[in-house]
Amino acid sequence: MSHATKVYVTKSGEEIFGVMAEFKNPADLYHAAEKTRDAGFTHWDVYTPFPIHGMEEAMGVKRTILPVIVFVMGISAAGLGYLMQWWMSRDYPLPVQGKPYDAWEAYIPITFELGILISAFTALFGMLIMNDLPLWFHPLFNRERFLRVSDDRFVIAIESKDSRFDPEKTKAFLSGAGATHVEFVEQ
Amino acid sequence: MSSSSTHHPDDLAARREAGLERGANIGFNLDPVTGDGSLIDTPGVRSPLVLNNRTFHEITDIVCGYAENRAPRWWLPVFMASFTLAQIGGLFILYLVITGIGSWGMNNAVDWAWDITNFVFWIGIGHAGTLISAVLCLLKQKWRTAVNRSAEAMTIFAVVCAATFPGIHIGRQWMAWMLPPIPNANGIWPNFRSPLLWDVFAISTYGTVSLLFWYMGMIPDLAALRDRAQMRLLKDPERPVLTPLIPIRIDMIRARIYGLLSLGWRFSSRHWHRYEAAYLILAGISTPLVLSVHSIVSFDFATSVLPGWHTTIFPPYFVAGAIFGGFAMVLLLMIPLRELLPNFKDLLTLRHLENMAKILLATGSMVGFAYSMEFFIAWYGGSEPEVYAFINRATGPYWWAYWTMITCNVLSPQLFWMKRMRQSPAVIFLVSCLITIGMWFERFVIIVTSLHRAYIPAEWHMFHPTLVDIMIFAGSFGIFITLFLIFMRVIPVFAMAELKAVMPQASPHHHDDHHDHAAHAATGGAH
Repeated sequence: MSHATKVYVTKSGEEIFGVMAEFKNPADLYHAAEKTRDAGFTHWDVYTPFPIHGMEEAMGVKRTILPVIVFVMGISAAGLGYLMQWWMSRDYPLPVQGKPYDAWEAYIPITFELGILISAFTALFGMLIMNDLPLWFHPLFNRERFLRVSDDRFVIAIESKDSRFDPEKTKAFLSGAGATHVEFVEQ
Repeated sequence: MSSSSTHHPDDLAARREAGLERGANIGFNLDPVTGDGSLIDTPGVRSPLVLNNRTFHEITDIVCGYAENRAPRWWLPVFMASFTLAQIGGLFILYLVITGIGSWGMNNAVDWAWDITNFVFWIGIGHAGTLISAVLCLLKQKWRTAVNRSAEAMTIFAVVCAATFPGIHIGRQWMAWMLPPIPNANGIWPNFRSPLLWDVFAISTYGTVSLLFWYMGMIPDLAALRDRAQMRLLKDPERPVLTPLIPIRIDMIRARIYGLLSLGWRFSSRHWHRYEAAYLILAGISTPLVLSVHSIVSFDFATSVLPGWHTTIFPPYFVAGAIFGGFAMVLLLMIPLRELLPNFKDLLTLRHLENMAKILLATGSMVGFAYSMEFFIAWYGGSEPEVYAFINRATGPYWWAYWTMITCNVLSPQLFWMKRMRQSPAVIFLVSCLITIGMWFERFVIIVTSLHRAYIPAEWHMFHPTLVDIMIFAGSFGIFITLFLIFMRVIPVFAMAELKAVMPQASPHHHDDHHDHAAHAATGGAH
């Protein structure tokens, strides 16, 4: 708890979550995202119906470490899968086909499959956890305009917890960045 | 999106020629109904992935419409028929469990027959879905967006059908829990050196990973359905309720269920960034997975000592055959939907069908090569039982099955060398039917003809299917079609977010270079 964040309220007295601005097309949105990044905002996001090529750079988002996590989990699962087979084949030796108990070649298919299985779980659930999902409520969902993002709208929202946030100035900043519509979002 | 009125007249003609713009055009044969010009060969004009200059909003409307509007008139009768078939199949499975697998036509020699044939048939069909979603994703084949959602759905339903057969063929089905290594009072573990156990792991991993991949791709589209339901409720709170007694509206149910399933996805770019990373990882790991699964299925045969099974060509040959049969099934489902659902042709163009026909030609020829290579190796290896097994396949009592397989799998796709043939949906549909039949016979030939003439003439037997065999197989088609029909009514049949992302106006640079290079827009494909 370094310092209490300022609380802004609308005219009707409701706490402000942030400012939401709509843009005409991906190109305008892209440039506005670059401007927002350069203005030094940190608590903001871009909302688009589909991933826009190169948006990470325009927003200054760091590369995700998800692939590293998946790799580590996948390798560990494969290793544990191998150990499981090795141990179980000793715990209950099956003298069949004249094969040695630790014929490692025969363990490879299951080792591989288990590595893939856990990698897939890690990729999906890792992605969800890192994105703080599932999160069934979010202030943006209260705005009817925001619901159209899933269709064909392109939106930037700057949150009030950003240290550079100021209701009127941020609104003016987004209009200046080429927004076609700007509005407050209540908490 | 771009203002076509400002285009140069030649540019407009080029856009019409490509099917991006409606209207008459000169010297090029468009489908009069759909305006499909996706088969365009003109250099410099890239074939469009979406026809008729659709906007993002139109895409959402078309795709969500299939799930939101009233079912087309044919839907209920087809659903009832397939559901009945599935139920009958289920009853025969019940009969089989009660009576024992002696009610199948198997005997001491032919101890694997339709059960394993059907298993390999269905699991093979599943492979096209993963190929489209994973391999074509890694190869950056943008046309995959037209079919990936339905092909992935098909994969999962095919795996459901496939998993049924090994599950019921084990004899004492209530002991199926002993397949995975579960600690038990007897202190025994499965045999990890057996390919049949590898199969258990391969199939269950494949089913699970396909489901995760499918679900992940679906999250944004389910969120779109959620938002549309919510918007309708906000716009018109007095919409009719389901029944006068219950104050529930269908959109309330939709908003809840789609809302729950879409996990609160809010289309954030920070989320998209990790989402795309995860999607690429899943594509990357599914690619070796799909190759491993059918390789492992082929090990069930290849690691045995039976002539006709004991061949090293099996893994690649099975994988090629799986992709071949799977694409045929995708086409069997997609071509009728193209005709039956409104605006489907704008999203799944003739070019997409042609691409898939080319894949059928390539994989069909690979399978044909494998058939001939088996013969060559049998002769070259000089093993007498091996030579006999193959000669017997082509000329023995099951010659008709063998030649059905050759005709359907090797000869029929050769039609696609001709442009006219691979551009005609009717011909593609017909050939896909033949391929599906042929690929079932391929597995039948491999399994039954190898078993019915083993080393000792005393164990020579013919296989005759019983009613239980036939009805359980028919029932698996019932399960497959029923699941697919439910899928197309509740889930967006196109991956909308992916489809929008490959449209020209999705590029953040599309509008920048528009003014200085107007003709650029006519390329249709992405930059």
